[in-house]
Amino acid sequence: MQYAILCYHDEKVTCAWSQEHDDAIMNKLGVVMERLTKERKLGPVARLLPTTAATTLRKDREPPIVVDGPFAETKEQLLGFYIVDCASLDEVLDIARELGAVNPGGAYEIRPVGMFFDASAVAS
Amino acid sequence: MSDTGWIGNVVTAARPKAVAALLRYFRNLDIAEEAFQEASLRALKSWPKNGPPRDTAAWLIMVAKNAGIDSMRRTSRHDPLPPEANISDLSDIETVTVEQIDEAAYSDDILRLLFICCHPDLPATQQIALALRIVSGLSVKQIARAFLVTEAAMEQRITRAKARVANADVPFETPSAIERSDRVAAVAAMLYLVFNEGYTTSVAEQGAKAVLCEEAIRLSRLLLGIYPTEPEVMALTALMLLQHARSDARFDADGMVILLDAQDRSRWNRNKIAEGLALIDKAIRHRRPGPYQIQAAIAALHARAARAEETDWQQIELLYGTLERLQPSPVITLNRAVAVSKARGAEAALAMIEPLADKLGSYFYFHGARGAFLTELGRAQDARIAFDRAVALANTPAEAAHIRMQIDQLTNSN
Repeated sequence: MQYAILCYHDEKVTCAWSQEHDDAIMNKLGVVMERLTKERKLGPVARLLPTTAATTLRKDREPPIVVDGPFAETKEQLLGFYIVDCASLDEVLDIARELGAVNPGGAYEIRPVGMFFDASAVAS
Repeated sequence: MSDTGWIGNVVTAARPKAVAALLRYFRNLDIAEEAFQEASLRALKSWPKNGPPRDTAAWLIMVAKNAGIDSMRRTSRHDPLPPEANISDLSDIETVTVEQIDEAAYSDDILRLLFICCHPDLPATQQIALALRIVSGLSVKQIARAFLVTEAAMEQRITRAKARVANADVPFETPSAIERSDRVAAVAAMLYLVFNEGYTTSVAEQGAKAVLCEEAIRLSRLLLGIYPTEPEVMALTALMLLQHARSDARFDADGMVILLDAQDRSRWNRNKIAEGLALIDKAIRHRRPGPYQIQAAIAALHARAARAEETDWQQIELLYGTLERLQPSPVITLNRAVAVSKARGAEAALAMIEPLADKLGSYFYFHGARGAFLTELGRAQDARIAFDRAVALANTPAEAAHIRMQIDQLTNSN
Protein backbone atom coordinates (compact mmCIF):
# COMPACT_ATOMS: atom_id res chain seq x y z
CA MET A 1 0.00 0.00 0.00
CA GLN A 2 1.25 3.45 -0.85
CA TYR A 3 1.59 6.25 1.64
CA ALA A 4 2.70 9.82 1.25
CA ILE A 5 4.97 11.19 3.95
CA LEU A 6 4.33 14.94 3.82
CA CYS A 7 7.08 17.02 5.38
CA TYR A 8 6.05 20.08 7.35
CA HIS A 9 8.45 22.49 9.00
CA ASP A 10 8.83 26.21 9.68
CA GLU A 11 10.66 27.36 6.56
CA LYS A 12 12.12 30.34 8.44
CA VAL A 13 14.09 27.74 10.38
CA THR A 14 15.13 25.65 7.38
CA CYS A 15 16.10 28.80 5.48
CA ALA A 16 18.38 29.72 8.40
CA TRP A 17 20.33 26.47 8.00
CA SER A 18 23.89 26.94 6.85
CA GLN A 19 24.86 25.26 3.60
CA GLU A 20 27.01 22.77 5.54
CA HIS A 21 24.11 21.88 7.81
CA ASP A 22 21.79 21.47 4.81
CA ASP A 23 24.34 19.30 2.98
CA ALA A 24 24.90 17.15 6.07
CA ILE A 25 21.16 16.49 6.43
CA MET A 26 20.72 15.74 2.73
CA ASN A 27 23.62 13.29 2.89
CA LYS A 28 22.13 11.45 5.85
CA LEU A 29 18.70 11.36 4.20
CA GLY A 30 20.38 10.06 1.06
CA VAL A 31 21.67 7.04 2.98
CA VAL A 32 18.18 6.16 4.24
CA MET A 33 16.66 6.75 0.81
CA GLU A 34 19.22 4.53 -0.86
CA ARG A 35 18.42 1.65 1.45
CA LEU A 36 14.66 2.13 0.96
CA THR A 37 15.21 2.10 -2.80
CA LYS A 38 17.08 -1.21 -2.55
CA GLU A 39 14.20 -2.60 -0.51
CA ARG A 40 11.89 -1.37 -3.30
CA LYS A 41 9.86 0.66 -0.84
CA LEU A 42 10.58 4.17 -2.11
CA GLY A 43 8.68 6.01 -4.83
CA PRO A 44 9.11 9.63 -5.96
CA VAL A 45 10.63 12.07 -3.48
CA ALA A 46 10.49 15.85 -3.82
CA ARG A 47 11.89 18.77 -1.91
CA LEU A 48 9.95 21.98 -2.43
CA LEU A 49 11.55 25.42 -2.57
CA PRO A 50 10.39 28.17 -0.17
CA THR A 51 6.74 29.26 -0.26
CA THR A 52 7.86 32.79 -1.13
CA ALA A 53 8.38 31.33 -4.62
CA ALA A 54 4.86 29.85 -4.65
CA THR A 55 1.87 30.91 -6.70
CA THR A 56 -1.71 29.81 -6.07
CA LEU A 57 -4.46 29.36 -8.66
CA ARG A 58 -7.85 29.86 -7.01
CA LYS A 59 -10.22 27.79 -9.12
CA ASP A 60 -13.33 28.30 -7.02
CA ARG A 61 -14.47 31.00 -9.41
CA GLU A 62 -14.62 31.58 -13.11
CA PRO A 63 -12.21 32.60 -14.44
CA PRO A 64 -9.79 31.30 -11.82
CA ILE A 65 -7.46 33.88 -10.29
CA VAL A 66 -3.75 33.71 -9.71
CA VAL A 67 -2.48 34.93 -6.35
CA ASP A 68 1.02 35.20 -4.94
CA GLY A 69 2.17 32.89 -2.22
CA PRO A 70 1.03 29.60 -0.78
CA PHE A 71 -2.59 28.53 -0.47
CA ALA A 72 -2.65 28.80 3.31
CA GLU A 73 -0.74 30.97 5.78
CA THR A 74 0.47 28.46 8.30
CA LYS A 75 3.20 28.33 10.90
CA GLU A 76 4.67 25.22 9.28
CA GLN A 77 4.81 24.82 5.53
CA LEU A 78 4.70 21.82 3.21
CA LEU A 79 8.37 21.53 2.26
CA GLY A 80 8.47 18.17 0.52
CA PHE A 81 7.18 14.62 0.37
CA TYR A 82 8.16 10.97 0.02
CA ILE A 83 5.99 8.29 -1.53
CA VAL A 84 6.60 4.91 0.12
CA ASP A 85 5.16 1.48 -0.46
CA CYS A 86 4.62 -0.36 2.82
CA ALA A 87 2.56 -3.22 4.16
CA SER A 88 1.34 -1.38 7.25
CA LEU A 89 1.13 1.99 8.94
CA ASP A 90 3.64 0.73 11.52
CA GLU A 91 6.17 0.20 8.76
CA VAL A 92 5.62 3.74 7.41
CA LEU A 93 5.97 5.14 10.90
CA ASP A 94 9.28 3.30 11.28
CA ILE A 95 10.52 4.86 8.05
CA ALA A 96 9.27 8.28 9.13
CA ARG A 97 11.03 7.89 12.49
CA GLU A 98 14.22 6.98 10.70
CA LEU A 99 13.98 9.98 8.38
CA GLY A 100 13.07 12.19 11.34
CA ALA A 101 16.08 11.02 13.32
CA VAL A 102 18.48 12.46 10.75
CA ASN A 103 16.29 15.50 9.98
CA PRO A 104 14.73 16.63 13.26
CA GLY A 105 12.28 19.51 13.64
CA GLY A 106 8.78 19.98 12.24
CA ALA A 107 6.42 17.08 11.53
CA TYR A 108 5.60 14.36 9.04
CA GLU A 109 1.99 13.87 8.02
CA ILE A 110 1.42 10.31 6.86
CA ARG A 111 -1.42 9.91 4.37
CA PRO A 112 -2.51 6.87 2.39
CA VAL A 113 -2.35 7.48 -1.35
CA GLY A 114 -5.65 7.17 -3.25
CA MET A 115 -4.37 7.37 -6.79
CA PHE A 116 -0.85 7.23 -8.05
CA PHE A 117 -0.05 8.14 -11.61
CA ASP A 118 3.57 7.58 -12.54
CA ALA A 119 4.27 10.34 -15.01
CA SER A 120 7.73 9.13 -15.87
CA ALA A 121 8.01 11.74 -18.63
CA VAL A 122 9.22 14.19 -15.98
CA ALA A 123 12.74 12.98 -15.40
CA SER A 124 14.61 14.03 -12.32
CA MET B 1 24.70 18.44 14.99
CA SER B 2 25.07 19.01 18.73
CA ASP B 3 22.10 18.33 20.97
CA THR B 4 21.19 21.99 21.24
CA GLY B 5 22.20 22.94 17.68
CA TRP B 6 18.57 22.99 16.57
CA ILE B 7 17.82 25.69 19.15
CA GLY B 8 20.35 27.96 17.46
CA ASN B 9 18.50 27.63 14.15
CA VAL B 10 15.11 28.23 15.77
CA VAL B 11 16.38 31.27 17.66
CA THR B 12 18.00 32.67 14.51
CA ALA B 13 14.76 32.21 12.60
CA ALA B 14 12.74 33.99 15.29
CA ARG B 15 15.23 36.78 15.85
CA PRO B 16 14.06 39.48 13.38
CA LYS B 17 10.46 39.26 14.55
CA ALA B 18 11.38 39.10 18.23
CA VAL B 19 13.98 41.89 18.28
CA ALA B 20 11.64 44.03 16.16
CA ALA B 21 8.76 43.57 18.61
CA LEU B 22 11.07 44.24 21.57
CA LEU B 23 12.32 47.41 19.93
CA ARG B 24 8.75 48.66 19.64
CA TYR B 25 8.21 47.81 23.29
CA PHE B 26 11.43 49.21 24.79
CA ARG B 27 12.14 51.84 22.11
CA ASN B 28 15.81 51.20 22.72
CA LEU B 29 17.93 48.99 20.54
CA ASP B 30 20.45 48.00 23.21
CA ILE B 31 17.80 46.96 25.71
CA ALA B 32 15.91 45.06 23.01
CA GLU B 33 19.04 43.19 21.94
CA GLU B 34 20.17 42.38 25.46
CA ALA B 35 16.72 41.19 26.42
CA PHE B 36 16.60 38.93 23.37
CA GLN B 37 20.04 37.60 24.24
CA GLU B 38 18.84 36.75 27.73
CA ALA B 39 15.75 35.01 26.34
CA SER B 40 17.94 32.96 23.97
CA LEU B 41 20.05 31.79 26.90
CA ARG B 42 16.92 30.77 28.77
CA ALA B 43 15.69 28.91 25.69
CA LEU B 44 18.95 26.93 25.70
CA LYS B 45 18.25 25.94 29.30
CA SER B 46 14.55 25.34 29.07
CA TRP B 47 13.84 23.86 25.63
CA PRO B 48 16.03 20.73 25.85
CA LYS B 49 14.11 19.82 29.04
CA ASN B 50 10.58 20.91 28.14
CA GLY B 51 10.69 20.77 24.37
CA PRO B 52 10.25 23.83 22.18
CA PRO B 53 7.15 25.99 22.76
CA ARG B 54 4.40 25.97 20.16
CA ASP B 55 5.20 29.51 19.04
CA THR B 56 8.91 30.03 19.55
CA ALA B 57 8.91 33.71 18.56
CA ALA B 58 6.08 34.50 20.98
CA TRP B 59 7.91 32.65 23.78
CA LEU B 60 11.15 34.52 23.11
CA ILE B 61 9.35 37.88 22.98
CA MET B 62 7.54 37.26 26.24
CA VAL B 63 10.57 35.98 28.12
CA ALA B 64 12.73 38.79 26.73
CA LYS B 65 10.16 41.41 27.67
CA ASN B 66 10.16 40.21 31.25
CA ALA B 67 13.94 39.95 31.34
CA GLY B 68 14.25 43.48 29.95
CA ILE B 69 11.84 44.95 32.47
CA ASP B 70 13.67 43.05 35.15
CA SER B 71 17.08 44.38 34.27
CA MET B 72 15.73 47.93 33.97
CA ARG B 73 14.36 47.61 37.49
CA ARG B 74 17.60 46.19 38.75
CA THR B 75 19.62 49.07 37.33
CA SER B 76 17.35 51.72 38.81
CA ARG B 77 18.38 52.10 42.44
CA HIS B 78 14.96 52.82 43.87
CA ASP B 79 13.27 49.59 43.03
CA PRO B 80 14.00 46.37 44.84
CA LEU B 81 14.72 43.21 42.87
CA PRO B 82 11.50 41.62 41.66
CA PRO B 83 10.87 38.08 42.85
CA GLU B 84 12.04 35.40 40.43
CA ALA B 85 8.54 33.90 40.48
CA ASN B 86 7.24 36.80 38.38
CA ILE B 87 9.13 35.71 35.34
CA SER B 88 9.54 32.00 35.74
CA ASP B 89 5.95 30.99 35.08
CA LEU B 90 5.61 30.89 31.34
CA SER B 91 3.01 28.21 30.84
CA ASP B 92 -0.02 30.30 29.90
CA ILE B 93 1.88 33.32 28.69
CA GLU B 94 2.29 31.61 25.39
CA THR B 95 -1.38 31.04 24.69
CA VAL B 96 -2.17 34.62 25.60
CA THR B 97 0.48 36.04 23.28
CA VAL B 98 -0.52 33.81 20.41
CA GLU B 99 -4.00 35.23 20.65
CA GLN B 100 -2.72 38.75 20.85
CA ILE B 101 -0.42 38.48 17.91
CA ASP B 102 -1.39 40.95 15.30
CA GLU B 103 0.60 39.92 12.27
CA ALA B 104 0.25 43.34 10.65
CA ALA B 105 1.89 45.01 13.65
CA TYR B 106 4.72 42.49 13.51
CA SER B 107 5.24 43.23 9.84
CA ASP B 108 5.62 46.92 10.58
CA ASP B 109 7.97 46.05 13.45
CA ILE B 110 10.25 43.99 11.23
CA LEU B 111 10.19 46.61 8.50
CA ARG B 112 11.07 49.28 11.08
CA LEU B 113 13.97 47.23 12.40
CA LEU B 114 15.32 46.80 8.87
CA PHE B 115 14.61 50.42 8.05
CA ILE B 116 16.60 51.70 11.02
CA CYS B 117 19.66 50.04 9.52
CA CYS B 118 19.32 52.05 6.31
CA HIS B 119 19.31 55.42 8.00
CA PRO B 120 20.55 57.95 5.42
CA ASP B 121 23.18 59.30 7.85
CA LEU B 122 24.90 55.93 7.92
CA PRO B 123 27.51 55.14 5.27
CA ALA B 124 26.81 51.94 3.34
CA THR B 125 29.35 49.83 5.22
CA GLN B 126 27.77 50.79 8.55
CA GLN B 127 24.27 50.03 7.26
CA ILE B 128 25.41 46.57 6.27
CA ALA B 129 27.23 45.89 9.53
CA LEU B 130 24.28 47.09 11.59
CA ALA B 131 21.77 44.94 9.68
CA LEU B 132 23.94 41.87 10.08
CA ARG B 133 24.41 42.51 13.78
CA ILE B 134 20.91 43.46 14.88
CA VAL B 135 18.62 41.80 12.33
CA SER B 136 20.58 38.68 11.41
CA GLY B 137 22.24 38.33 14.80
CA LEU B 138 25.65 37.49 13.37
CA SER B 139 28.44 37.85 15.90
CA VAL B 140 30.83 40.78 15.62
CA LYS B 141 33.53 38.21 14.92
CA GLN B 142 31.61 36.75 11.95
CA ILE B 143 30.92 40.20 10.52
CA ALA B 144 34.53 41.30 11.01
CA ARG B 145 35.67 38.20 9.14
CA ALA B 146 33.34 38.92 6.24
CA PHE B 147 34.60 42.51 6.03
CA LEU B 148 38.22 41.45 6.47
CA VAL B 149 38.77 43.80 9.39
CA THR B 150 39.70 43.16 13.01
CA GLU B 151 37.03 42.39 15.54
CA ALA B 152 37.87 45.56 17.45
CA ALA B 153 37.46 47.69 14.34
CA MET B 154 34.12 46.12 13.57
CA GLU B 155 32.96 46.46 17.16
CA GLN B 156 33.75 50.17 16.92
CA ARG B 157 31.96 50.51 13.58
CA ILE B 158 28.81 48.90 14.95
CA THR B 159 28.88 50.90 18.17
CA ARG B 160 29.21 54.10 16.16
CA ALA B 161 26.37 53.12 13.86
CA LYS B 162 24.15 52.28 16.81
CA ALA B 163 24.91 55.60 18.47
CA ARG B 164 23.90 57.45 15.32
CA VAL B 165 20.69 55.49 15.02
CA ALA B 166 19.91 56.04 18.70
CA ASN B 167 20.27 59.80 18.31
CA ALA B 168 18.12 59.84 15.21
CA ASP B 169 14.36 59.98 15.47
CA VAL B 170 13.18 56.44 15.01
CA PRO B 171 9.56 56.58 13.86
CA PHE B 172 7.37 54.32 15.98
CA GLU B 173 3.97 55.30 14.66
CA THR B 174 2.34 52.93 12.21
CA PRO B 175 3.65 54.08 8.82
CA SER B 176 1.36 55.39 6.11
CA ALA B 177 1.12 53.48 2.84
CA ILE B 178 3.56 55.86 1.16
CA GLU B 179 6.02 55.74 4.06
CA ARG B 180 5.77 51.99 4.05
CA SER B 181 6.58 51.73 0.37
CA ASP B 182 9.51 54.18 0.78
CA ARG B 183 10.81 52.02 3.61
CA VAL B 184 10.51 48.85 1.55
CA ALA B 185 12.53 50.50 -1.23
CA ALA B 186 15.24 51.68 1.19
CA VAL B 187 15.44 48.26 2.83
CA ALA B 188 15.64 46.54 -0.57
CA ALA B 189 18.58 48.77 -1.53
CA MET B 190 20.30 48.02 1.77
CA LEU B 191 19.82 44.26 1.31
CA TYR B 192 21.35 44.48 -2.16
CA LEU B 193 24.32 46.29 -0.59
CA VAL B 194 24.73 43.42 1.86
CA PHE B 195 24.61 40.98 -1.04
CA ASN B 196 27.12 42.88 -3.15
CA GLU B 197 29.49 43.24 -0.26
CA GLY B 198 29.51 39.45 -0.11
CA TYR B 199 29.57 38.95 -3.88
CA THR B 200 32.55 41.24 -4.51
CA THR B 201 35.21 38.80 -3.46
CA SER B 202 38.25 36.82 -4.37
CA VAL B 203 38.41 33.06 -4.06
CA ALA B 204 40.40 33.28 -0.83
CA GLU B 205 37.71 35.36 0.83
CA GLN B 206 34.75 33.66 -0.80
CA GLY B 207 34.09 31.33 2.13
CA ALA B 208 34.05 34.14 4.66
CA LYS B 209 31.99 36.44 2.49
CA ALA B 210 29.39 33.89 1.38
CA VAL B 211 27.62 34.44 4.68
CA LEU B 212 26.76 37.98 3.53
CA CYS B 213 25.13 36.70 0.35
CA GLU B 214 23.23 34.05 2.26
CA GLU B 215 22.04 36.52 4.89
CA ALA B 216 20.95 39.00 2.22
CA ILE B 217 18.87 36.26 0.58
CA ARG B 218 17.41 35.17 3.91
CA LEU B 219 16.41 38.74 4.85
CA SER B 220 15.04 39.32 1.38
CA ARG B 221 12.84 36.23 1.72
CA LEU B 222 11.78 37.61 5.09
CA LEU B 223 10.80 40.92 3.46
CA LEU B 224 8.95 39.00 0.77
CA GLY B 225 7.14 37.05 3.48
CA ILE B 226 5.85 40.40 4.78
CA TYR B 227 5.06 41.80 1.31
CA PRO B 228 4.23 38.69 -0.70
CA THR B 229 2.73 40.61 -3.62
CA GLU B 230 5.49 43.20 -4.09
CA PRO B 231 7.09 42.51 -7.51
CA GLU B 232 10.28 44.45 -6.80
CA VAL B 233 10.91 42.43 -3.63
CA MET B 234 10.30 39.20 -5.58
CA ALA B 235 12.74 40.42 -8.21
CA LEU B 236 15.40 41.45 -5.69
CA THR B 237 15.24 37.99 -4.14
CA ALA B 238 15.39 36.43 -7.62
CA LEU B 239 18.34 38.61 -8.64
CA MET B 240 20.37 37.60 -5.60
CA LEU B 241 19.50 33.91 -5.97
CA LEU B 242 20.39 33.86 -9.67
CA GLN B 243 23.74 35.56 -9.03
CA HIS B 244 24.58 33.51 -5.97
CA ALA B 245 23.74 30.32 -7.91
CA ARG B 246 26.94 30.85 -9.89
CA SER B 247 29.28 31.17 -6.92
CA ASP B 248 30.85 27.71 -7.29
CA ALA B 249 31.73 28.42 -10.93
CA ARG B 250 33.25 31.89 -10.53
CA PHE B 251 36.87 30.93 -9.84
CA ASP B 252 39.21 28.31 -11.23
CA ALA B 253 41.52 26.06 -9.22
CA ASP B 254 44.19 28.79 -9.16
CA GLY B 255 41.72 31.38 -7.89
CA MET B 256 41.44 33.12 -11.26
CA VAL B 257 38.14 34.80 -12.16
CA ILE B 258 36.10 32.84 -14.71
CA LEU B 259 33.83 35.15 -16.68
CA LEU B 260 30.18 34.23 -17.19
CA ASP B 261 30.81 33.09 -20.78
CA ALA B 262 33.45 30.61 -19.73
CA GLN B 263 31.86 29.23 -16.56
CA ASP B 264 31.06 25.54 -16.23
CA ARG B 265 27.28 25.84 -16.07
CA SER B 266 26.89 22.37 -14.57
CA ARG B 267 28.34 23.92 -11.41
CA TRP B 268 25.55 26.46 -11.14
CA ASN B 269 23.18 25.73 -8.28
CA ARG B 270 19.98 24.39 -9.87
CA ASN B 271 17.78 24.96 -6.80
CA LYS B 272 18.72 28.62 -6.50
CA ILE B 273 18.12 29.07 -10.22
CA ALA B 274 14.73 27.34 -10.04
CA GLU B 275 13.66 29.54 -7.13
CA GLY B 276 14.97 32.67 -8.85
CA LEU B 277 13.22 31.90 -12.15
CA ALA B 278 9.93 31.18 -10.36
CA LEU B 279 10.19 34.50 -8.53
CA ILE B 280 10.94 36.61 -11.61
CA ASP B 281 8.10 34.94 -13.51
CA LYS B 282 5.77 35.78 -10.61
CA ALA B 283 7.01 39.37 -10.50
CA ILE B 284 6.54 40.03 -14.21
CA ARG B 285 2.90 38.90 -14.05
CA HIS B 286 2.17 42.05 -12.04
CA ARG B 287 3.02 44.27 -15.01
CA ARG B 288 4.60 46.88 -12.76
CA PRO B 289 8.18 46.90 -14.04
CA GLY B 290 11.01 48.22 -11.89
CA PRO B 291 14.81 48.20 -11.83
CA TYR B 292 15.17 44.95 -9.84
CA GLN B 293 12.79 43.17 -12.20
CA ILE B 294 14.85 44.21 -15.20
CA GLN B 295 18.13 43.20 -13.59
CA ALA B 296 16.64 39.88 -12.48
CA ALA B 297 15.22 39.32 -15.99
CA ILE B 298 18.74 39.80 -17.38
CA ALA B 299 20.16 37.35 -14.83
CA ALA B 300 17.33 34.95 -15.75
CA LEU B 301 18.30 35.06 -19.44
CA HIS B 302 21.83 34.01 -18.50
CA ALA B 303 20.49 31.28 -16.22
CA ARG B 304 18.16 29.94 -18.92
CA ALA B 305 20.95 29.59 -21.51
CA ALA B 306 22.24 26.03 -21.29
CA ARG B 307 25.44 27.13 -23.06
CA ALA B 308 27.00 30.61 -23.25
CA GLU B 309 26.44 30.69 -27.03
CA GLU B 310 22.71 30.31 -26.50
CA THR B 311 22.47 33.54 -24.48
CA ASP B 312 19.82 35.88 -25.88
CA TRP B 313 22.05 38.97 -26.09
CA GLN B 314 19.53 40.94 -28.14
CA GLN B 315 16.96 40.61 -25.40
CA ILE B 316 19.60 41.52 -22.81
CA GLU B 317 20.51 44.63 -24.81
CA LEU B 318 16.83 45.65 -24.85
CA LEU B 319 16.51 45.10 -21.10
CA TYR B 320 19.61 47.21 -20.40
CA GLY B 321 18.05 49.88 -22.62
CA THR B 322 14.91 49.84 -20.46
CA LEU B 323 17.02 49.96 -17.30
CA GLU B 324 18.92 52.94 -18.72
CA ARG B 325 15.67 54.82 -19.19
CA LEU B 326 14.50 54.00 -15.67
CA GLN B 327 17.83 54.69 -13.98
CA PRO B 328 20.18 56.58 -16.29
CA SER B 329 23.76 55.76 -15.33
CA PRO B 330 27.03 55.38 -17.26
CA VAL B 331 27.60 51.98 -15.60
CA ILE B 332 24.36 50.67 -17.10
CA THR B 333 25.33 52.08 -20.50
CA LEU B 334 28.61 50.21 -20.14
CA ASN B 335 26.71 47.00 -19.43
CA ARG B 336 24.47 47.59 -22.42
CA ALA B 337 27.59 48.07 -24.53
CA VAL B 338 28.80 44.63 -23.49
CA ALA B 339 25.47 43.17 -24.65
CA VAL B 340 25.76 45.19 -27.88
CA SER B 341 29.24 43.78 -28.50
CA LYS B 342 27.81 40.26 -28.27
CA ALA B 343 24.69 40.99 -30.31
CA ARG B 344 26.07 43.35 -32.96
CA GLY B 345 29.83 43.42 -32.68
CA ALA B 346 32.59 45.30 -30.89
CA GLU B 347 32.63 48.33 -33.17
CA ALA B 348 29.13 49.49 -32.19
CA ALA B 349 29.95 48.75 -28.56
CA LEU B 350 33.18 50.75 -28.61
CA ALA B 351 31.40 53.73 -30.17
CA MET B 352 28.86 53.59 -27.36
CA ILE B 353 31.38 53.69 -24.54
CA GLU B 354 33.88 56.23 -25.87
CA PRO B 355 31.74 59.16 -24.61
CA LEU B 356 31.75 57.58 -21.11
CA ALA B 357 35.51 57.99 -20.67
CA ASP B 358 35.10 61.17 -18.61
CA LYS B 359 32.68 59.67 -16.14
CA LEU B 360 34.10 56.15 -15.93
CA GLY B 361 37.81 56.97 -16.31
CA SER B 362 38.62 55.55 -12.89
CA TYR B 363 36.33 52.54 -13.18
CA PHE B 364 38.00 49.15 -13.49
CA TYR B 365 35.28 47.56 -15.61
CA PHE B 366 35.29 50.42 -18.12
CA HIS B 367 38.90 49.82 -19.06
CA GLY B 368 38.48 46.07 -18.93
CA ALA B 369 35.51 46.16 -21.31
CA ARG B 370 37.22 48.71 -23.55
CA GLY B 371 40.30 46.51 -23.74
CA ALA B 372 38.15 43.53 -24.67
CA PHE B 373 36.35 45.46 -27.45
CA LEU B 374 39.67 46.74 -28.83
CA THR B 375 41.12 43.23 -28.75
CA GLU B 376 38.17 41.97 -30.73
CA LEU B 377 38.72 44.73 -33.29
CA GLY B 378 42.38 43.68 -33.66
CA ARG B 379 43.73 46.90 -32.09
CA ALA B 380 46.22 45.14 -29.79
CA GLN B 381 48.28 48.25 -29.03
CA ASP B 382 45.26 50.26 -27.79
CA ALA B 383 43.89 47.21 -26.00
CA ARG B 384 47.11 46.87 -24.03
CA ILE B 385 46.89 50.49 -22.84
CA ALA B 386 43.28 49.95 -21.73
CA PHE B 387 44.16 46.72 -19.93
CA ASP B 388 47.10 48.39 -18.17
CA ARG B 389 44.70 51.03 -16.84
CA ALA B 390 42.35 48.27 -15.70
CA VAL B 391 45.09 46.44 -13.82
CA ALA B 392 45.98 49.64 -12.00
CA LEU B 393 42.34 50.11 -10.96
CA ALA B 394 41.50 46.49 -10.06
CA ASN B 395 39.53 46.03 -6.85
CA THR B 396 40.90 42.59 -6.03
CA PRO B 397 44.11 40.73 -6.94
CA ALA B 398 41.94 38.21 -8.84
CA GLU B 399 40.57 40.95 -11.07
CA ALA B 400 44.06 42.18 -11.80
CA ALA B 401 45.23 38.64 -12.54
CA HIS B 402 42.33 38.14 -14.91
CA ILE B 403 43.25 41.25 -16.91
CA ARG B 404 46.93 40.23 -16.97
CA MET B 405 45.81 36.95 -18.50
CA GLN B 406 44.13 38.89 -21.30
CA ILE B 407 47.30 40.92 -21.79
CA ASP B 408 49.26 37.66 -22.04
CA GLN B 409 46.86 36.43 -24.69
CA LEU B 410 47.45 39.64 -26.66
CA THR B 411 51.18 39.02 -26.52
CA ASN B 412 50.81 35.39 -27.55
CA SER B 413 48.60 36.14 -30.53
CA ASN B 414 51.01 38.70 -31.88
